[in-house]
Amino acid sequence: MAPQSPPKATLEHSQSASGSATADGFQEEHHYRSGPLRWLLTTNHKEIGSLYLIFSLAMFMIGGAMALVIRLELFQPGLQMIQPEFFNQMTTMHGLIMVFGAVMPGFVGLANWMIPLQIGAPDMALPRLNNFSFWLLPIAFTLLLSTLLMPGGGPNFGWTFYAPLSTTYAPPSTTFFIFALHMAGISSILGAINIIATILNLRAPGMRLMDMTLFVWTWLITAFLLIAVMPVLAGVITMMLLDINFGTSFFNAAGGGDPVLFQHLFWFFGHPEVYIMILPAFGIVSVIIPTFARKRLFGYASMVYATAAIAILSFLVWAHHMFAVGLPLVAELFFMYTTLLIAVPTGVKVFNWITTLFRGEITFETPMLFALAFVVLFTIGGFSGLMLAIAPADFQYHDTYFVVAHFHYVLVPGAVFSIMAAVYYWLPKWTGHYPDERLGRWHFWLSVIGVNLLFFPMHFAGLAGMPRRIPDYALQFADFNMASSIGGFLFGFSQLLFIWVVVKCVRGGVKAPANAWDGATDLEWTVPSPAPLHTFETPPDLRDFKFH
Amino acid sequence: MRKGFALAALLAGLSGQFPISHATGWNMPVGVSQVSRDVYDLHMIIFWICVVIGVVVFGVMFYSLFRYRRSKGAKAAEFHEHTTVEVVWTAIPFLILVAMAIPATATLKNMYDASEADYDVMITGHQWRWQYDYMGEDVTLFSNMSTPKAQIAGTEEKGEHYLLEVDEPLVLPVDRKIRLLTTSADVIHSWWVPDLAVKKDAIPGFVNESWTRIDEPGIYRGQCTELCGKDHGFMPVVVHAMEQEQFDAWLAERKQAAAAEAGGVDREWGLEELVERGEKVYATVCASCHQAEGQGLPPTFPALAGNQALMDDLDRHIDVVVNGVSGSAMASFSGTLSPVDIAAVVTFERNAWGNETGDVVQPADIQALIAP
Repeated sequence: MAPQSPPKATLEHSQSASGSATADGFQEEHHYRSGPLRWLLTTNHKEIGSLYLIFSLAMFMIGGAMALVIRLELFQPGLQMIQPEFFNQMTTMHGLIMVFGAVMPGFVGLANWMIPLQIGAPDMALPRLNNFSFWLLPIAFTLLLSTLLMPGGGPNFGWTFYAPLSTTYAPPSTTFFIFALHMAGISSILGAINIIATILNLRAPGMRLMDMTLFVWTWLITAFLLIAVMPVLAGVITMMLLDINFGTSFFNAAGGGDPVLFQHLFWFFGHPEVYIMILPAFGIVSVIIPTFARKRLFGYASMVYATAAIAILSFLVWAHHMFAVGLPLVAELFFMYTTLLIAVPTGVKVFNWITTLFRGEITFETPMLFALAFVVLFTIGGFSGLMLAIAPADFQYHDTYFVVAHFHYVLVPGAVFSIMAAVYYWLPKWTGHYPDERLGRWHFWLSVIGVNLLFFPMHFAGLAGMPRRIPDYALQFADFNMASSIGGFLFGFSQLLFIWVVVKCVRGGVKAPANAWDGATDLEWTVPSPAPLHTFETPPDLRDFKFH
Repeated sequence: MRKGFALAALLAGLSGQFPISHATGWNMPVGVSQVSRDVYDLHMIIFWICVVIGVVVFGVMFYSLFRYRRSKGAKAAEFHEHTTVEVVWTAIPFLILVAMAIPATATLKNMYDASEADYDVMITGHQWRWQYDYMGEDVTLFSNMSTPKAQIAGTEEKGEHYLLEVDEPLVLPVDRKIRLLTTSADVIHSWWVPDLAVKKDAIPGFVNESWTRIDEPGIYRGQCTELCGKDHGFMPVVVHAMEQEQFDAWLAERKQAAAAEAGGVDREWGLEELVERGEKVYATVCASCHQAEGQGLPPTFPALAGNQALMDDLDRHIDVVVNGVSGSAMASFSGTLSPVDIAAVVTFERNAWGNETGDVVQPADIQALIAP
């Protein structure tokens, strides 16, 4: 990542031209600073993108280690390894870390790196804010992890932290959990503001909204979702804070409060949050599949409209997480119908991807393998989602392993596979080297076998009647759990291979040209590989550029 | 789906090899009520719809992946949009969903109609047991998991109904409409019996309504399905459905026992008998938080053994048990334990684990405190 270009047209420099105190000399010194301060103070979108991705990977491994503790305990019936108190802390922390620490920062890291490159912008619109958004995260998650060492232990009420279990009945460390989540939320909001400002203001001249890649489009819509719902999360955890420390009774029935209100607020945040974790994945897959099918994305406009439709519907379906709380019949029907509706635009997306493959010229490099597995396995997660939408049947599925299987299918071979596909796809641009194709394939096949062995049996366990979040289970669920645990360890340890592939690629490998994949047509492939620290300091000339 | 079926086959192979195999099935139970059968049918319809869509969609996908690969000399076509196709594959799924929503709506309406019930049962969730009140009958049951700790720890062989067995099942008559009212005394729980297709959250401050009509006598097992703290995995639901005559006999017997119980309040109780009774109450009600030896789990659940402040103040001790501690996990037991049980458990706690106060609390005094 050697800086190669003169420091001229970055945004900060254009500001300095209009009278700011920032001197060119300072900029130079800033970018060549060595040691940890360089990373602490960097305002460069590529460096911050890398920081986000490294952070995300670290959290993925920590959250994954917790999942392995869970799978170890569930390997056989009975309590062998850990006690229920610690088991509950593991399930809670695993969920929180994977959602807020691994998947969301992973997508933000990709956005930081790739949005400016895909729209021909010199950097993110608000570079200093970008630095702040990132550095909030390590602080927030250090604080969150430290609760495990506090008296009474860390959060033990599930990642959905339903009141009053998370208020009146919670361990004393809950206040720290709230503080950590506030910081992660602020980070997300600031990141989203930055992404919207960048996409709407810094596109290269000549690039219309409908010329943008699907990755940029899905992130634009995701960023609006983030701004809409993260404040709701902030509100609900602040109400918890008041209930715990200031004697209010928002969620305390004995004081006239309403525990169901908590769930409405949480899921009003939580359901759009689910799409925050999947829309960028749709974007990634929508740029990778055309590249390796060597054919333009089928139905670009309908993909954009479908994404927007999913985003709008995501505000109208939250109570499908609450079918068993005793909603009135009319509400139950409303949320069942809206939830079923979501299948329509989601189906459109899958059909478009498959039609893109149809009559293409397909090759199967590692990024493509992950993208194709995404399409298949995400769709399986979509099918179980459709089943869950049927409210009467949901009474049987709700809070069982069927639900666990469903959301892990959309999040692991869904969101996580898409991030891995993106990493394999853009590593040549980031490092100037191709990732090792042979190791990449090993990683893919081990992951895809592991993930299915891990999550597919959970469907059966749930249908047979196994509730989620239990540290021990009845004997009829033993075989399913043993299979899941074996799959879990296979999947978990396969990720060490992923780290090795990434490290190996950063250190060396087959040199990649500017356009690393012969079917790739987007703007990032016009800059050298590795991408110099500063790109598009003068906007690219797009008059002859063929968009998507 | 292909992967899914391959995996199902693989799993079927695996399950034969492992010694512990009590699998009752891989699918949702059909159950023993009309509603549970309707729900099962909905489940299977939507499942097969998904299978058919999956076969078509993945069929086209895998066909493309095999047919149009560069290694077989494929050349990419140029087309990239087609409005009619987009409209068709928006409209067809929509129509399928409408077709699916119609029977689902009918079943849901039926599930919500709890009117004209023959019996009302109030189900109250506690950390970590169920309370069943037969409304209008003056009969109350507490249902605790009866699986021995040794089976969980693995020092004893696990029984057939490991974790799914209780000391007092909910006894119900068959062929009668039973209205189930669910609520909670502490955190949110959820009462679920798969064979009845009834799952309803038990929420503090709310009373939720559902109903069932069981067709066949038998024992039906389920579990709490809402994370409710440490022992969430250890609060099973067991329903024992029996013929009306048997049920009537059972109910009459229970009424008698309850009346006898109430009589014990007035007499003078001795230390020995209170401690003996209190030990049992402690084991079923208190030990899950305050632990078997009274050592507690500080800071959330304080220790009782060697708790000098508590031992010095008998009135406070009684007050905590009777009224609970506001803003903490300690519930009020005035509504859930009888005066005799409260007197017994307080006496036990004041005379166990080295707490040698010699105090004897009389049930009559507790009675006076609760209902002066």
